[in-house]
Amino acid sequence: MWIRIYAIFTKELKQLSRDRMTFGLIIMIPLVQLMLFGYAINTTARHIPVGLIDLSQTSESRAIAHAITATQSVNFTARYRSIKEAEVAITRGEIKAVLYLPADLTRRLFSHPLYDHQQPNSPLTRPVGQWIVDGSDTVIASSIRALRNMPLDEVANHAVIRTAPSFEVVQYFNPEQRTVVNIVPGLVAVILTMTMILFTSAAIVREHEHGNMEFLITTPVRSIELMIGKITPYVLIGLIQVSIILSVGHWVFSVPIRGHLLSLLGGSILFIFASLTLGLVLSTIAKNQLQAMQMTIFILLPSILLSGFMFPYDAMPVAAQWIAEALPVTHFMRMIRAIVLRDASILLLGEDALWLGLFTVGGIIIASLRFKKKLE
Amino acid sequence: MNASAHQELEPTEYVIEAKGLSKCFGDNIAVNKLDLKIPKGSIYGFLGPNGCGKSTSIRLLTGLLEASEGEVNILGQPLLGHEESLKKRIGYMTQKFSLYDNLTVQENLNFVGAIYGFAGRKKKNRIEELLALYDLEKQTKQFAGSMSGGQKQRLALACATLHSPELLFLDEPTSAVDPENRREFWERLFDLCDAGTTILVSTHYMDEAERCHALAIMEEGNKRADGSPQALMDAMPATVVEVSGNQLRQFKQTLIQHPDILSAAQIGSHLRVLVKQQVADPLNFISQLSQGREALLARPSLEDVFVACTGGRHVD
Repeated sequence: MWIRIYAIFTKELKQLSRDRMTFGLIIMIPLVQLMLFGYAINTTARHIPVGLIDLSQTSESRAIAHAITATQSVNFTARYRSIKEAEVAITRGEIKAVLYLPADLTRRLFSHPLYDHQQPNSPLTRPVGQWIVDGSDTVIASSIRALRNMPLDEVANHAVIRTAPSFEVVQYFNPEQRTVVNIVPGLVAVILTMTMILFTSAAIVREHEHGNMEFLITTPVRSIELMIGKITPYVLIGLIQVSIILSVGHWVFSVPIRGHLLSLLGGSILFIFASLTLGLVLSTIAKNQLQAMQMTIFILLPSILLSGFMFPYDAMPVAAQWIAEALPVTHFMRMIRAIVLRDASILLLGEDALWLGLFTVGGIIIASLRFKKKLE
Repeated sequence: MNASAHQELEPTEYVIEAKGLSKCFGDNIAVNKLDLKIPKGSIYGFLGPNGCGKSTSIRLLTGLLEASEGEVNILGQPLLGHEESLKKRIGYMTQKFSLYDNLTVQENLNFVGAIYGFAGRKKKNRIEELLALYDLEKQTKQFAGSMSGGQKQRLALACATLHSPELLFLDEPTSAVDPENRREFWERLFDLCDAGTTILVSTHYMDEAERCHALAIMEEGNKRADGSPQALMDAMPATVVEVSGNQLRQFKQTLIQHPDILSAAQIGSHLRVLVKQQVADPLNFISQLSQGREALLARPSLEDVFVACTGGRHVD
């Protein structure tokens, strides 16, 4: 049995090393994704292009615009004389929002408690200006909403006394609140899902398409030997990818790696096996490589969207959480973030680890049962 | 699995015995009630055009496909339920090259050797033996995909016989090979046969079929005739008459209209005419039709047998 598994393993590894395209993808997919997600994707919007309607034309209005620019949230790219003009610009997509400063700005400002702390908070207090926002993009809308209670003391020439906040917030593990810290470990999960399922889903189908299977099934090789021999080389590839992502993440994006390497290795291997067996099951269903590819995408989309990679798991509706629980990537997403960012040991994450293990065993059994040493 | 288990079985006269073997794909009957008895140590041929059910029959007999109906005994064991244990005793060379193009000759042989459970010195020796036997010693480091048709075919045969099978199936083994290599290939088949291997080979070449000890002529899933080439020629239900003269093309058109003539085909400057058996004096019968052209009786060939029993001309 071991001779045959080893024979299939070495054969697969040799073929893989001679397939330059695949080998290139193994290295390039993690690097390209890492650059894209590391540099391009940021959930806190900055430098949003906005317009300004300044009907007051005073030093105070200019000071307010200046203070807002200083937050780096927005860039005033255009000025408009009327709301109508600004609305057209929003519709055309030139700007995402417009700040309307009324003619009586100075009077409003002086009676505003955020400007002058002597002023009482009265129901007659009116806001100093108005933001008109393209609310269709929620990320941009919420960035602008954050300006709603912007302190106006910078506009004032006099010092003001700050009131104590209701709560103090201490942010563990990612005090600077950098998105990339959460993204990089998540990316390990997503890229492994993508490549592991993709490669193995094509594995059995390719032997069928190239005519190798007809010979192979007349030999005494057993299904389980074929399955194990076929997926084992990809475990190495998966581990190479994990190392690429985490080391580039660590040295280029300064993502801390706090967990123990053994926990990291154990968790990764569990997930790699789970993904590979999922790919094998797809491989026994698909009739050709195109179908295998389509099925991979069918698994990949929910894996990216529901696993907690892009949107927090806890914010999802219960039904979506059930689907997410059925995907191995959700469990690994929790594990890898816990290990890398929070220094959790794999023993602390027993439930997720157990689930991945069960998934692997179940997948191998299903794939071996589905794979018949017969032609159709 | 120990080899001695096989020898304890009764020595079987017939290596393959099939009774009423049928295979349907939907409404399409690919193989229709095939009966076969193939004796040990012989080369048996399946002769027929493409799509006549040769490959399907071979796949049924190797256990790659499940029969819709019928019984098969292979090497004295019923095929059903013994597919896996029989796989150690049979070899199969597929129609399409089924080894790995991006592995070298040596790597392909190593892989197949390991799959059949060979290891260490035993594997090394067997592979060296095969490399020498099939004249592949210079190609060991060459990728299988970059070899010529003849070399690929020799490699495929080496892989199919690596475990010294008692029964070897070859599905159109020479379709991508030049005549010189074909000759050589058949010499190797007779060497294997001499060593006790029973071989079942499918072909659409008449000259290859003629080399077999016995053959079955297949058409549209049915076996039209079987026996040794000589017996088939002797038992042919028609007489061969060769006609020579002028305007043979026009003469052929008039001949094939006649109900007593099975077929007429031009071969060089002759017209080879198959006259139905019930015609008492075929030479005289043709002479009357041929308007002064020269007519002679000829010895039947395997092609005549093939023509006589296919294309709706067979006698059930």
